[in-house]
Amino acid sequence: MTAKTLTDRILPPATLAAMLAALYLVFVAVPTDEFQGPVQRIFYVHMAMWLNTFTAFAMVGVASLLYLWRRTPRWDRFGRAAAELGLLFCSLGLATGAIWAKPIWGTWWTWDPRLTLTLILWMIYAAYLLLRNLAAEAQQGATLAAVLGVSGVVDLYLINRAVYWWRGIHPAVIVNREGGSGLADPLMRLTLLICMLAFFLLFLWLLRLRLSTARLEDTVDHLREQVVPTAF
Amino acid sequence: MLAILWKDLLIELRTKETLASLLLLGLLTLVVLSFAFDPSSPLRAAAAPGVLWVALIFAGTLGMNRSLLREREHDCLHGLLLAPLDRGTIYLAKTAANFLFMVAAQIVLLPLFVFFFNLPLGSTIARLTPVLLLGVLGFAAVGTLFAAVSLRTRAREVMLPLLMLPLAAPLVIAGIQASTQLLAGEGLDAVAHWLRLIGAFDVVFLVVGWLAFEYVVEE
Repeated sequence: MTAKTLTDRILPPATLAAMLAALYLVFVAVPTDEFQGPVQRIFYVHMAMWLNTFTAFAMVGVASLLYLWRRTPRWDRFGRAAAELGLLFCSLGLATGAIWAKPIWGTWWTWDPRLTLTLILWMIYAAYLLLRNLAAEAQQGATLAAVLGVSGVVDLYLINRAVYWWRGIHPAVIVNREGGSGLADPLMRLTLLICMLAFFLLFLWLLRLRLSTARLEDTVDHLREQVVPTAF
Repeated sequence: MLAILWKDLLIELRTKETLASLLLLGLLTLVVLSFAFDPSSPLRAAAAPGVLWVALIFAGTLGMNRSLLREREHDCLHGLLLAPLDRGTIYLAKTAANFLFMVAAQIVLLPLFVFFFNLPLGSTIARLTPVLLLGVLGFAAVGTLFAAVSLRTRAREVMLPLLMLPLAAPLVIAGIQASTQLLAGEGLDAVAHWLRLIGAFDVVFLVVGWLAFEYVVEE
């Protein structure tokens, strides 16, 4: 268990290299956006957050389902680690989005369907983590959280429809610049790609670290129960 | 299933405590939110459906917490689980009971709402009834499941709204939007897509609850 796998050896340096390349591209190489000015550079980081967020939340759903089905602690640890990272990147995504929106849209926040959806997701997964911590018993917390994890995924489509219809009645105030046409320069597309790769590698690395920590925690708990049966 | 439903209704009829607290909380919410909106302002009419739904949500959350907490006192839940019944059936019975409590509360709250917001009595009730019934069913479905979840945590009373409200977001949005349009005089077909959304929510969470309840109540 302590022996490092090949992935563990490669991931940290690969992440570092990609991160440095991304920094160089974002701050030095890429041309400044004609309309938005330098502030547009935050977009490359912002976009990368969302890839991680949605990957993580999808993982929570899958892990929850597998945990309810198989009842192996492995899937539970996986769900917990993914939920924590998903919440982290979701918060960062919301923050970078707000920083970008203030100068460009003139407001920190709008009740745009995508923003609303993200905020609701953030609340669901915040509740997921809270539920784990407040459960009377760890084993039970895992099951309860898995029920919530599955419910969250099942609910996703409905939330999506609801927020789009809710805001859909109003004319779109914001012209969406995130489409492919916004990135005219090929270097911009490359920057976005490298940035997403860098943060995705970081995500994978953090996920592995979190998983091994969780594994150790479980082992410690298990050992402690054997040594001091009454204390927990 | 009918036996459990009957038991819940009978307890309620004898004690009347859930319904009384549900009603009072609903009324209080209506009044407090009325303070928030200036009575003379046109905003008030626009906010009316929202106020009704918030009152409904608060009252419903409280009622569902009570309903499952009662099973916990004197370990009734254990007795219920020992009965030769599918866990899903227990869930459906509990949901049905919660649904009926909320409908009962709604029957009293709706005229009060009309009274405080100075709306036409007959047409308001006739128009809002289908939306409210569907909405209440959804709340009962998702609320009963997560009330059982929050029962197993340390911060019981706080956990239910934290778990339930984000998941119920589509229900709240659809319910308020549909009610607003209906109160503005639009026909049922204008809000059909909202009603379908609420209906889909009801079905989805009844099925999820029916399947997942087993995991939630297990020891």
